[in-house]
Amino acid sequence: MSILKVENLSYTYNEGMPGATKALDNINLEIEPGTFVGVIGHTGCGKSTLISHFNGLTKPQSGRILLDGRDIWKDYDDIRQVRFSVGLVFQYPEYQLFEETCYKDIAFGPKNMGLNEEEIDRRVKMAAEFCGVTEKMLAGSPFDLSGGQKRRVAIAGIIAMMPKLLVLDEPCAGLDPEGRELILSQVKNYQQTTGSTVILVSHSMEDIANYADMVLVMENGQVYNYDTTENVFADAENLARMGLGIPDITKVFLKLKEMGVDVGTDVYTIPYAVKSLLKYKEAKRGEKNA
Amino acid sequence: MSIMLNAENVWFRYSQEGDWALKDISLQVEKGEFVAVLGSNGCGKSTLAKLFNAILLPEKGDIIVEGINTKEEEKLLDIRQKVGMVFQNPDNQIVATVVEEDVAFALENMGVPPREIRTRIDEAMQSAGIYKHREKGPHQLSGGQKQRVAIAGIIAMRPDCIVLDEPTAMLDPYGREAVINTVKKLNKEYGITVVLITHYMTEAAQADRIVVMTKGKIEKMGTPKEIFSQVEYMQSLALDVPQTSALAYEINKHGFNLSTEAISIDECAAQLYKFLEE
Amino acid sequence: MLKDITIGQHFPGKSPVHNLDARLKIVITVLFVIVRFMSTNFPGLILSGVFVLAMYKLSGIPLKMLKKSIKPLMPLIVFTVILNLFFIKGETPLIKLGFVEIYPEAVMFIIVMISRILLLICGTSLLTYTTSTIALTDGLEALMKPLNKINFPVHEMAMMMTIALRFIPTLIEETEKIMNAQKSRGALLDSGSFSDKIKALVPILVPLFISAFRRAEELATAMECRCYHGGEGRTRLRQLKITNDDIRYTAVCMVTFAVILSMKLFFTRVI
Repeated sequence: MSILKVENLSYTYNEGMPGATKALDNINLEIEPGTFVGVIGHTGCGKSTLISHFNGLTKPQSGRILLDGRDIWKDYDDIRQVRFSVGLVFQYPEYQLFEETCYKDIAFGPKNMGLNEEEIDRRVKMAAEFCGVTEKMLAGSPFDLSGGQKRRVAIAGIIAMMPKLLVLDEPCAGLDPEGRELILSQVKNYQQTTGSTVILVSHSMEDIANYADMVLVMENGQVYNYDTTENVFADAENLARMGLGIPDITKVFLKLKEMGVDVGTDVYTIPYAVKSLLKYKEAKRGEKNA
Repeated sequence: MSIMLNAENVWFRYSQEGDWALKDISLQVEKGEFVAVLGSNGCGKSTLAKLFNAILLPEKGDIIVEGINTKEEEKLLDIRQKVGMVFQNPDNQIVATVVEEDVAFALENMGVPPREIRTRIDEAMQSAGIYKHREKGPHQLSGGQKQRVAIAGIIAMRPDCIVLDEPTAMLDPYGREAVINTVKKLNKEYGITVVLITHYMTEAAQADRIVVMTKGKIEKMGTPKEIFSQVEYMQSLALDVPQTSALAYEINKHGFNLSTEAISIDECAAQLYKFLEE
Repeated sequence: MLKDITIGQHFPGKSPVHNLDARLKIVITVLFVIVRFMSTNFPGLILSGVFVLAMYKLSGIPLKMLKKSIKPLMPLIVFTVILNLFFIKGETPLIKLGFVEIYPEAVMFIIVMISRILLLICGTSLLTYTTSTIALTDGLEALMKPLNKINFPVHEMAMMMTIALRFIPTLIEETEKIMNAQKSRGALLDSGSFSDKIKALVPILVPLFISAFRRAEELATAMECRCYHGGEGRTRLRQLKITNDDIRYTAVCMVTFAVILSMKLFFTRVI
């Protein structure tokens, strides 16, 4: 059974008023447990509205959200229970930090869950480890840390709730390449160790290409495509037409195709590119020799 | 005189007991040049940017802007007018509630006559591509548009140089492209010297020269081709190279000899075409 | 929900009311308020009403907007009505219901009172509806300029007002974001006792203040980079200039106000 199911979800801002804008237009989606899902689309394509439905911050105007097969607005007495199961990391999450120490800040979520001291302590330490937050950082104030460190503390604050589904909205915005790499590999590690599901919203096609198993492409409030990463990138020409920043490596292969060399355009990572180039070269050499 | 910015053995720290944020930096930027500064967070590149228009002053060494030492207090406004700054967060540099009012802000401060302000801001807004939004409020604009409002506010001063501190870090790919294209246009068409601080290798690749900084020091300088072709070295500094260079580098591991200097998509594709078909 | 606030909203337009010089508009509004307080007879009240309606008609602002600006004040109005209805005593009661007596004086008083409040709100709202914040602060700065002589920081006040107005939408958006982020960590924001509610504000207010300070610092640097050095030697993009049209419209307003005031001489006061 899918962990998250979206059924005929539609949402309009300022409904019934002049200037009403349709943010979501009949979305249907099923996400299997344990998948790493990448979400891509333009600013304003409805991504943010969609993910704010996942943990009940926004109530559907029409349609349903099912978590483990249960309607989140019907079968739960408290929407907070849903929020503990679906961890939502917002853009620039470091701006939510408020406690005197990182430890207390990470403990905020588990405390709200009503867990006992021991369990809270266990979870804070577990989350800190996943996010590379050291003992020394835990004891100190979050406001003395660097931008990247603050962000990892904020993400640990969500992971400490041990959500089955972790949703991240542009977790790497504004970080340097090293910081990006660190956060994404930590998220991947969390997903693989705990078997939880991850939804990553990102403008960086390179990051999506490197980490996601499945990719959801959104356009104008609708699902344009939801498929495996290979299949989505095989459609690179259309993604480029939609103005999504496809990886440079994919652009090179599109160019090669234009020049008459058909090496395939579903190339989105460097190792895969190397493999297909060498294979093509090998075949060519074989032809010549024959 | 063809030197726009000149840093001579500059040392800087934020407090008397603190660690040095910049250690013995010497850098010359020529008039009309487009320089990109690369480096991981906390390497001192933002600090360097703030020294170039006297927001900060060096503890040791000198910063000379077109012959004026930034320590000359009475020349402060001249320096600020010559070297414009654009920052990362577009929201936190817009002062007024209407776009054109904001673009006019610097000129009002400089005491430019109203009629001249009008012509200069219209020009500035047109070259930044935001003229049609001139009567909107900042909250009605996208991030990329806001950042171009900030750029227009700077070019209205008619500066000789613009220093941009990670101007695209908070933008989506569309906004990023629009901002970088504007910056390139200012450099190519108006001859404005550009110092662009960025994390994006594809942006740095468009510069005339790249300065790589680590831990408060200048690590390396060179053309994008010279810098990015050293894939292993850049990776050792925890910095990226464009995927095109990385691809050539990876293929070479299989016993080939491709040039890692083919940075642009076209160059890379042309090289691969030759590689595959020969 | 925070976005529904309409106070101080501006509806751009090109009507004579919009185009009127901001300084004159502020002066007219202030005079209107004073006249409204001084005039205490029915004809004056009616004339004021006609004046306000005519101004709205001229400005093209839909009267629907009035309903919106009055709505938040309804509880106050209802409260005053009830209070006065039962406590003002006259000679012969109009209605007598058991021990409750309502006198005609009370009814009169209430009618005058409510129309006064409504006229004041409508009149002053028109100022913000038809004037951009920039024009408003410019106008205030120009009008207060004489205060410079007594070392009152006129320019600084105007600049602070501009920045405050500029950042209201930004901070509202930011508050909503932080609230959503804390709700996602299970924060309870709208239930529990009063002290619980106060405690629940900490996770919202601390990040909000920190971010406001960070913004202020960055904005100050950005302003310095754009040669800001106080009000000295500053010019303005927009020059305030009084046109013939401005003089004509102001004259009409002044005559109307004079007529309203002169009615004091001919009609008895209601309250």
